Amino acid sequence: MLTVVLRLAAAVTVWLAAAAAAWADATPGVRIWLPEAITTTAPEIDRLFYCVLVITGIAFVLVEATLLVFLIRYRARPGRSATYTHGNSLVEIIWTVLPACLLLVLALRSQRVWARVRGTPPTPQLEVEITAEQFAWNIRYAGADGTFNTADDITTVNQLHLPVQKTVLIRLKSKDVIHSFFVPQFRMKQDAVPGLTTHVWISATKTGHYEIACAELCGLGHYRMRGYLTIETSEAFQAWLAQTLAEQQT
Amino acid sequence: MTRSRWFSSLALAVFVGIGCGSGKPPEASAKTTTAEPAAPMQLAEAPAAAAPVVAGSASVRGTVHLNGTAPKGEVVKMGADPVCQQQHATPVVTEEVVANAQGGLKNVFVYVKEGLSGSFPAPTTPVVLNQTGCWYQPHVFGIQANQPLEIVNDDATLHNINAKPTTNQPFNVAQPVKGMKTTKKFTKPEVAVHFKCNVHPWMSAYVGVVEHPFFAVSGDDGAFSISGLPAGTYVLEAWQEKYGTQTQKVTVGDGAAQTVDFTFNAQ
Amino acid sequence: MSTESHRPSFLQRYIFSTDHKVIGIQFLFTSLFMLLFGGLLAMLIRWQLGWPGHPLAFMEKIAPEGMPGGIMVPEYYNMLFTMHGSIMIFFAIIPLLVGVFGNYLIPLKIGAGDMAFPRLNMISYWMMPPAIAIVCAGFFLQGGAAAAGWTAYAPLSTTLGPGQVCWIVAIIVLGTSSIMGAVNYVTTIINLRAPGMSFFRLPLSIWALFITAIMVLLATPVLASALILLLLDCTAGTSFFLPAGLIIDGIAQHNSGGQVLLWQHLFWFYSHPAVYIMILPAMGIASEILPVFSRKPLFGYHSMVYAIIGIAGLGFLVWAHHMFASGMNPTLGTSFMISTMIIAVPSAIKTFNWLGTLWRGSIRLTTPMLHALGFVSMFVIGGLTGIFAAATPVDLYIHDTYFIVGHLHYVLFGGSLFGIFAGITFWFPKMFGRMLNETLGKLHFALTFAFFNAVMFPMFILGIAGMPRRIYDYTQYAHLAHVGGLNRMMSVAAFCLLASQLLFIINFFWSLFRGKPAGDNPWQANTLEWATSSPPPHGNFTVTPTVYRGPYEYSVPGHAKDWLPQHDPLPSPGGH
Repeated sequence: MLTVVLRLAAAVTVWLAAAAAAWADATPGVRIWLPEAITTTAPEIDRLFYCVLVITGIAFVLVEATLLVFLIRYRARPGRSATYTHGNSLVEIIWTVLPACLLLVLALRSQRVWARVRGTPPTPQLEVEITAEQFAWNIRYAGADGTFNTADDITTVNQLHLPVQKTVLIRLKSKDVIHSFFVPQFRMKQDAVPGLTTHVWISATKTGHYEIACAELCGLGHYRMRGYLTIETSEAFQAWLAQTLAEQQT
Repeated sequence: MTRSRWFSSLALAVFVGIGCGSGKPPEASAKTTTAEPAAPMQLAEAPAAAAPVVAGSASVRGTVHLNGTAPKGEVVKMGADPVCQQQHATPVVTEEVVANAQGGLKNVFVYVKEGLSGSFPAPTTPVVLNQTGCWYQPHVFGIQANQPLEIVNDDATLHNINAKPTTNQPFNVAQPVKGMKTTKKFTKPEVAVHFKCNVHPWMSAYVGVVEHPFFAVSGDDGAFSISGLPAGTYVLEAWQEKYGTQTQKVTVGDGAAQTVDFTFNAQ
Repeated sequence: MSTESHRPSFLQRYIFSTDHKVIGIQFLFTSLFMLLFGGLLAMLIRWQLGWPGHPLAFMEKIAPEGMPGGIMVPEYYNMLFTMHGSIMIFFAIIPLLVGVFGNYLIPLKIGAGDMAFPRLNMISYWMMPPAIAIVCAGFFLQGGAAAAGWTAYAPLSTTLGPGQVCWIVAIIVLGTSSIMGAVNYVTTIINLRAPGMSFFRLPLSIWALFITAIMVLLATPVLASALILLLLDCTAGTSFFLPAGLIIDGIAQHNSGGQVLLWQHLFWFYSHPAVYIMILPAMGIASEILPVFSRKPLFGYHSMVYAIIGIAGLGFLVWAHHMFASGMNPTLGTSFMISTMIIAVPSAIKTFNWLGTLWRGSIRLTTPMLHALGFVSMFVIGGLTGIFAAATPVDLYIHDTYFIVGHLHYVLFGGSLFGIFAGITFWFPKMFGRMLNETLGKLHFALTFAFFNAVMFPMFILGIAGMPRRIYDYTQYAHLAHVGGLNRMMSVAAFCLLASQLLFIINFFWSLFRGKPAGDNPWQANTLEWATSSPPPHGNFTVTPTVYRGPYEYSVPGHAKDWLPQHDPLPSPGGH
C-alpha cells in the first residue's frame, strides 16, 4: 500500500517537473498566463476567473483524489467482497444541493460582471468605428465635428489609438464575413457581424502598445488579421489624430 | 499497473525535454525555402515580347497619350502591415493612371487583336510576377496563353494572389513564407486578368493573355514597340485599366516600321 | 426471433445484412477507419503548430497545392482543422457511440431478436459510405475540401468552393442516417423488451441510448433544415443568412434580407444537443462497466436515469452559450448562462454516483475498467472547464481560444473516446467470440492516457495566455512569441499519441483471429447479452429470456456467486 502511494507520488512529481520545465521554457521574464489587465473591467473578469478556478480546482482535486484513494483502498483482494448497496438518498441529496448552491453563487457573480461589461455602457467620451474586412481593420474617428462619415474623419488601417482613462465606445461592423475584435489585455472580444453593428466599451488604465487579433475564422488571412493598438495620454492621442488628419489631406 | 504509470511519466519527461530543447520559437520568415534568384526573363517594368517563332521583319511602334490631367493616385496606407511600411521611405501612391509631364501614358497594354494567321507556340520560359515591398512588379504585363507565369513572394509577409479572370480558371493561392513561388498558366486569351491581394488590398496588377507574342506595354514616356511582325494588315488594341480600350488599323510591309499612336481622354 | 428457412448468401449475411449485430460491426470498422483518418489530419495540424512554416517534405507529393514544397499554406490549414473536426464528430464519434453500440447492444440487452425495423437499419448504415465519398470528394476539387470550420459559419461558408458544398451534402446524408437509426432505437426499446424487462430494469447503457435517440430525433432535423438553407445560399443565390451590402472579395453581392446570426442559432440548436448525443452513450457505457468490475450495484440507479433525462432536456436549452460574443442580445447571455450553469448539476450527480459505485467495491483493473475510469477522470476535467465558459464574462476572454479547444478535447477524447475504447474492449469478446490481449490493452490505455493529457492539458494554459484557435501561424503575434516550446512539446506528444494507437490496432486484429476463446460470459456480468453465446446467433436468443431483476445485482448477500444475472430465475433479496 505504502509503496503504491510512493510510486504514484513519484510519478506525479515527475509530471509536475515536466510541466514546470515547459513553463520555464518561456522567454525569461515572460510568463504563459493571463496577460496584464489594462482596463477598468478586466480585473473584475480576472477575479471571476480566479473564483471559478478556485471552486473547480478544489472540486477537481477532491474528485480525482477520491477516485485514486478508492482504486487503491477497494482493489480486489482475496477474502473481501464488495458491499451490496443501491445508493443512499441522503448523500445523493447533499451532493446535488451542494454543487447547485456553488453554481448559483457563480451564476450571480457572473451576472454582476456581465451586466457591467455588456449592460448599458457608460456615456462614452470617444467613439470609434471599426469596419472589419478580409483581412484588415478599417478604423474611423469622427474628427472635430463629432460626426462620422464627414470630411474631417480620420481613417487608418490596422492602427488603433485610444486615450488612456477615457470611456471609449467601439462600434464594430463588417463588410464581408464574421470577424471578431479581440484584445487579450482587455479580456474582451466582440464579433463584427455583417448586417449588424455591435458594440464594446472600455476604459483603459495603462498606456502602451498592444495587439488586436481576429478571433473568428474569416478565411485564409484570418491568422494575420493583426491590428496595432496604442494607448496613450489624451494629449498624445489628440496630437496623433491631428497629424494623421494632416497626412490624409495632403 | 504501476509499471505503466512509471512508463508514462518517463515518456512524458522525455518528450517535454525534446520540446524544451528545441531552442527558440521559429520566426514567420522561416529559414526554409531558399529563395532562388528570380529568373531574369521578362522581369522589366515594360516587358518586351518574347522573340516570335515565325519571325517577320515588320514592326509597329508609337506612343500612348493622355489628353488632360491625370487624376492623382491615392496614398496607400502601408501602416496596415509594418513589414510593407518598412520597405518604403516615401509614401506610395496607386498606379491607376500614370502619365509623365508630356502626357505619355504608362502601363497601357498594346497588342495585335486581329489579322494574324498561324499558331505561335507558347514559350517555356516563365514570365515572373514579383511581390516586392507589398507591390506587384510589374503592374501591367503580357503573357502568351499556356506560357508559365511564376509568381514570387519577395516579402517576409503573407501575400495571396487572387486572380479573377472571366474566361480562364480563377485561382487564389496564399504564399505565407518569403521566397515561395507559385506557377500558373492561363489557357485562353483574355485581356486583361486582374490580380489582387486580400491581405494588402492596395496591391493590383493586370496581365493581358494573348495567343501570340505580339504585344507590348507602354513605358514611362508612353512609348511602345512591337517587332517581328509578318507583313499584313492588323487591328491593334490598346487597353488601359481605367479608360478601357481603343483600336486602330495598321498595314505593314516586310522590313517596314509603322507608327501608331493612341490617345485616351482623362476623366 | 424469426427462423430463416433459407440459407442467406454472402452478400446478405455480411454486406447487406439486416442483422443488427452485423450492422453494428460494419459501423465499427467504418468508423474506426475514419477515426484514424481524422487522427492523421490532426497530426498535420500539430506539425504546423509545432513548427510553423517548416517544410514537411513528403507532403509535397500528397498535397502539391496545399503544401507546395512541403510548406503548408494557410487555406490548407483551415481545411485541415475543418475536416478534422467534421470527420471526428460526424464520421467517427457519433457513428461509434450511436451506430455501433446502439445497434449492437439494444436488442441484445433488452432480450429482443433484432431491431424493430431491420431493413431501415441496413439502409441507415449504407448511407455512411456515400457520405464519406462525398465529403472526401472535396479534397480533389478546386479549392480543396471544406474550410470554414466544422461550424461552417455564414457568410464565410457561402464564399468557399465546391468542397464546402460537398461537406453540406454529406452531413445531410449522415443526418438522415442518424434519424433512421434513432427511429429504430426508440421503437425497439419501447416495444421489444423481453418479459419482465420493465423500464427501471433496463441497463443504464440502454437508458442512455434511448434518451440519445430521442435527442437525435428532435435535433437532427433542425440541422438538416439549416444545411439545406445554407446549400441554397451557396448555390441558388438565396439570402437566408446573407444581409444586404456584403462586399466579398471586392465584388458587391446582390443578397438582402438575410440574418447572419440565424445560421448560428440553427446550427447550435442541433450541435449543442449533439455534444450530449456524443457523451450520454459513453456515460451509459461507463455506468455499465463500473458495476461489473467493482462487483457492486450501480450507486443510485434512479438518479442516474433522471440525470440522463435532465441532461438531455436541459441540453436543448443551452445552445446560445456558444454565442456569447456573437452580437446577440446580452439578455440572452444571461438566460443561457443560467441554463448552462444548471446543466452542470446532473453531470455532477453522475460523477459522484460513479464514485459511489467504486466505494467499498472489489475493484478489478481490467482494460475495460481502466478505460471507464479514464472516462470518468477526464470527463471531470472537461466538465469543470466548461464552467469557465459558462461564466459569461470569462467566456468573452476564452471564447475562440485554445481553452475551448482543450475543453472540447477533454470531453470528446477524454470522455467520448475513452468511453468508446471501454465499450470496444468490454464487448469485443461478445462481438467476436475472442478475448483481447490484456497486456497490450493496458499498455495502450496507459500510453493513450499519458500522451492525451500531455497534448490537451497545456491547451488550457495556452488559452489563458490568449492564443486564439484556428490560427495558422501564432508567431505573428508578439504576445504569443513564447508559446512555441509548449506547442512543440504538445506536437511531439500528439505524434506519440497516434503511434500508441498502433497497439490497439494490432491487439484488435491479432485477437480477431488468435485471441483466446471468450465463452458466453468472460466478465461474469449480469445483463442479457452475456446470457447467450459469443458471438450470439442470428436471432440472438434460442429461447426468449425472462427478466427477474435489475441489471446490477452483484455481490448479493447470501448468494454463492458474486453476480446474479437478470434472467436467472433464482430469487434475490432487495432486488427491484
